[in-house]
Amino acid sequence: MNAVAAGRRRVAVGQVAGDRRQVWPWRRTALAAVLLLAAALPFVLPPYRLFQVTLVLVYAVALLGLDLVAGHGGQISLGHGAFFGVGAYTAAVLISRVGLPYPLTLPVAALLAFGLGLAAARPALRLRGLYLAMISFTVAVVVPPLLKRLSGLTGGAMGLPVPTPDDDQVLYFLVLAVTVAAFAGVRNLTRSRAGRALLAVKAHPAAAEVLGMRPATYQAHAFAWSAMYAGVAGALYTWTVGFVAPDSFGLALSITMLAGAVIGGLGSLAGPLIGAVVVLALTSEVNPAAPGLVSGALLIVVICLAPTGLSGLLRRAAGSLLRRRS
Amino acid sequence: MKRVVLIPVLLLVLVLAGCRLGGDGEVVLGGACAGQVATGITPDSVKVGGIYPLSGPASAYAVVAQGVRAHFEHVNAQGGVDGRRIEFVVRDDAYQPARALEQARRLVLHDRVFALFQTLGTPSTAAVREFAGRRGVPQVFVATGATQWGADGEHPWTIGFQPSYTAEARVYARHLARERPGARVAVLYQNDDFGRDLLEAFRAAVRGTEVSIVATRAYEVTDPNVQGQLANLAASGADVLLNVSTPKFAAQALAADAAMTDWNPLHIVNGVAASPAVLKAVGVAKVQGVVTAGFQKDPGAPEWADDPGVRTYLAAMARHVPEADPRSQQVVFGWAAAQAFVRVLERMPCPSREGVRQAMRSLTEVEIDMLLPGITLSTGPGDGFPIEAMRLARFEGERWVPFGKVIDTRS
Repeated sequence: MNAVAAGRRRVAVGQVAGDRRQVWPWRRTALAAVLLLAAALPFVLPPYRLFQVTLVLVYAVALLGLDLVAGHGGQISLGHGAFFGVGAYTAAVLISRVGLPYPLTLPVAALLAFGLGLAAARPALRLRGLYLAMISFTVAVVVPPLLKRLSGLTGGAMGLPVPTPDDDQVLYFLVLAVTVAAFAGVRNLTRSRAGRALLAVKAHPAAAEVLGMRPATYQAHAFAWSAMYAGVAGALYTWTVGFVAPDSFGLALSITMLAGAVIGGLGSLAGPLIGAVVVLALTSEVNPAAPGLVSGALLIVVICLAPTGLSGLLRRAAGSLLRRRS
Repeated sequence: MKRVVLIPVLLLVLVLAGCRLGGDGEVVLGGACAGQVATGITPDSVKVGGIYPLSGPASAYAVVAQGVRAHFEHVNAQGGVDGRRIEFVVRDDAYQPARALEQARRLVLHDRVFALFQTLGTPSTAAVREFAGRRGVPQVFVATGATQWGADGEHPWTIGFQPSYTAEARVYARHLARERPGARVAVLYQNDDFGRDLLEAFRAAVRGTEVSIVATRAYEVTDPNVQGQLANLAASGADVLLNVSTPKFAAQALAADAAMTDWNPLHIVNGVAASPAVLKAVGVAKVQGVVTAGFQKDPGAPEWADDPGVRTYLAAMARHVPEADPRSQQVVFGWAAAQAFVRVLERMPCPSREGVRQAMRSLTEVEIDMLLPGITLSTGPGDGFPIEAMRLARFEGERWVPFGKVIDTRS
């Protein structure tokens, strides 16, 4: 089942394979370049492209959360599209029905998604294994019909238009600020005691438990945090798009997000950003009849050619470049 | 550390917001039309975007776009509208409102269309409406009969085309009050905005007449069939059945009605489901005498064989979109709406979005070739309903045969 128990060294698929010692060599330079680019984009791009970049940031936040579960926790969640939807609807209902100023909707969406995530994860993780995937799958299936039923609040299948900030550049910087904070949060979390514990639990639950870590606790919290990230991303989505409808947050979105996370690369900080570009391309550039087909094919190609995702591929390319030079 | 950098950056943004290389891409007119927006229109072209369910559950309606395309190509072949060639960009929303909004955003901000010509379906239209209103982009002749498009003063950029469900309900109510005083009506309706819109309008229209509603039964679009509802309605002993449903359920209701030999009400099926294909699927013999209301010519009917409008239509369809079925009412609908849009473009006081809005809201008895004689387009201040007259038709043989006079619901 795992490397130690099998008595031989076997590299786990995902976080470790292929990039065990390889790290991105130019960290500070890359970070500065990305931030500079991010600050310059809204003054260069035409409005529609800026809208798309804003959506990429939104999906990046959601994928960061998904990566906590899938990359660092080694579990599968099929429900992040639904948590995303809960966040989006929380913001939409608060803005258009209650009249709350839109920045205030962010913490509410975050709290609600965190609570829901915790409630879903606790029983599932006690049972371990595939149960988390099953329960999160249930969440993904239940949420859209529920949103349709509560039509007095949510507008039903017709969806709910939301008055959004008028200036797309200000909106972009707001979303960027939240995204930067989200990345910093995940980076700090994964380097903390809890993050190391999560990795240990993923690598060998029994050994981790012997060392005093309760797998269920760490994984349930990781899941709740990741649901919170999805909820925050959902609220940002509502600010950006200005419209929510139940069918946007179905199982298809959950699966597209999971595919995006894997294609981008699990367990790295660049992965969610690259994955978000993939999610955007799959949800809006590809013909609506085909995203399942395209994401499935892409997933197979990436897993065969680059098991650590596109970010892993980039790291390996950078590594071989450095070796060749030296 | 990063936050510390971010705060001055955010402050800088507040100062710079609005600055953008190349501006925001909108073309603003000068001279007599100063301040009006003319993005997407030049002296020799006009770019128009349409959003249709090319895929998904409602993809049967995608053929509307074929009729529209045929008419625009027909107009282009004859030199365009005042010398402007119409470029028609079609996008797919799969009948999902969120996707419709996304496509509208792309059409307006990326493809830089002059106007949105048609969004199909009430949810998609409602989703796009706010965006179109905020950007000041006309959303012309939307393909849905909801009453809200015409009655709504808050969205001057959006206008409907076909008779509203209210107008349709009034036509049925008037016909019954005149021809069948004392009629007892049972109503089957779809439990959503569309069904309730028509039912409520019918209820209001029969108030004060001798026609009474004795039973109503709703179904959900997720229901497998409507047999239970029909059995309930039959128990009421009504002598008229008003069938307010979408094609699949309308066909089920027609079949169930035909199967109940001891209950033989006058069956009125609403226009949304009155395509001959729906009735033929039930069996032609079972649906003789069913009544509906319409406003378009049937290109296959012998009474229009020599009609110049119908002949132009058939010739243009065969030439420009040969793969389409010219007898489909949806294709005719697309053609008629496209012709109405061309009439609006011809009537623009200025070649701008404001000009379109002004023209589409001040039409007086504009004639359209494929509408029934006596049915014209009229709009004005406070009146956002272009077509408000209909004519009843009875199913005889294999087609709808119009009968009686055109019923104008305005008076």
